[in-house]
Amino acid sequence: MDAILIGLAAFLLLGSVAALEMKNLLSAVITVGVVGMGLSILFLLLGAPDIAITQVVVEVIVVTVMIRATTRTADEESGRPRSLATVVAGVGAMVLLVGVAVAAFAALPAFGAARAVPSDWYLTHAQRATGAANVVTSIVLDFRGYDTLGEATVILVAIASALVLARHVTGDGESGRARRGAAAPADAPPAGEEAPRA
Amino acid sequence: MTFYALTLALLGVGLYGLLAKRNMLKKVLGLVILDYAVNLLLVAVGYRAGGGAPILLPGEDPAAFAAGSVDPLPQALVLTSIVIGLGATMLLVAMVLRLHQRYGTLDVDRMDRLKG
Amino acid sequence: MPSDRDGLSVIVQVVTRWILVLIVVYGFGVAFFGHLTPGGGFAGGVVIACGFVLATLAFGGRSGPAAAFHRRVASLEAAGALTYLGMAAIGWTVGHFMQAWTPRGADFTLASAPFLVVLNLAILLKVGAGLFAGFMVLVLFDRAPAAPRDGKGGG
Repeated sequence: MDAILIGLAAFLLLGSVAALEMKNLLSAVITVGVVGMGLSILFLLLGAPDIAITQVVVEVIVVTVMIRATTRTADEESGRPRSLATVVAGVGAMVLLVGVAVAAFAALPAFGAARAVPSDWYLTHAQRATGAANVVTSIVLDFRGYDTLGEATVILVAIASALVLARHVTGDGESGRARRGAAAPADAPPAGEEAPRA
Repeated sequence: MTFYALTLALLGVGLYGLLAKRNMLKKVLGLVILDYAVNLLLVAVGYRAGGGAPILLPGEDPAAFAAGSVDPLPQALVLTSIVIGLGATMLLVAMVLRLHQRYGTLDVDRMDRLKG
Repeated sequence: MPSDRDGLSVIVQVVTRWILVLIVVYGFGVAFFGHLTPGGGFAGGVVIACGFVLATLAFGGRSGPAAAFHRRVASLEAAGALTYLGMAAIGWTVGHFMQAWTPRGADFTLASAPFLVVLNLAILLKVGAGLFAGFMVLVLFDRAPAAPRDGKGGG
């Protein structure tokens, strides 16, 4: 079982490196999609079925969004890497992070034996306290319901920010008004004053 | 420990992609890989060898279930994290598209020269 | 008659009409029984968002079953968030904020945790509508006028 997990993790690693080094952007996006599917299988094998379902579907949406972005902007992967200083800084950051993290994780109990202290309480008492058989749902919605409220807020803010970025298309905001004003200077007054005619 | 090391290497690959690539969409791909690595790390810390999913079945002994199940707490954290990662990726792609419309290129070094 | 000028071909559009119903029912099922089987509100919400993304791709974004929701995503998302907050706020009357105040039925049945069922559905609305709205924003970028390439204008 451990061999399967390690094999899948190695597959993910190779796929990610391949995706980042590919010249063709569309192939890179599809490779990241394959990595995401492999990740979903890994989640299932690690005993997290809710997360596996969510990961598969989120993967599909991410690949769809990235493919649209790739085809809407002309595929222009320039083969030249960035300046040597930038690449060295990137590799240096990566080595530093991974080195420190490996040292930190060596201090944890071995893979497959760690257990957070509250989890024993959750596993024994979740059904009695909430009535739910799925302990993860009872944690997400009942024991730690505030975190879910925070997550709802984060999604709202992210989508609202994306909408603000699209304002130059929808015509709201200053750039839209300027564009409308420049396109029709002698035209009728703005929409808000058309009431007398209606 | 090998599994942790491979996942941390994935984290490093994602970080490298975010920093050292000049195409903005490649940077977004690097961030997506970084998201995968962090979520995988959290779930892996909660894994118990030979354990089952943390869902109680009718007729199962609660004590045996509690002893043999994987840790549900990291899974609860990762569940929201995946959806938030999707929202953040959408926001990033919106930024990339807006920058492309403004500057006409996806290359950050050419964008530096076009500014102003 | 579905047009095959925008969106994908007629075959895909016909199949998508049927598949969309199945996807929405599956998403609701995953969220409804989330306290008994794997899934819950987040999994159900992203499944439904993905179904509507499929419908938008197949029908081109201006027609089709997903077009009816373009104006309503904001209200659906708000309805989900307000349901969540309302259920939590009613907890104030019986104890503290976000207390599970509903009566509970037998274990391992649908009625074993009605509080969690309603919260799962609220999260499904919030996440599904929110992520579909995010996708619609990205589709919106396609309708932009061509940006001026000199340094002036373009916001």
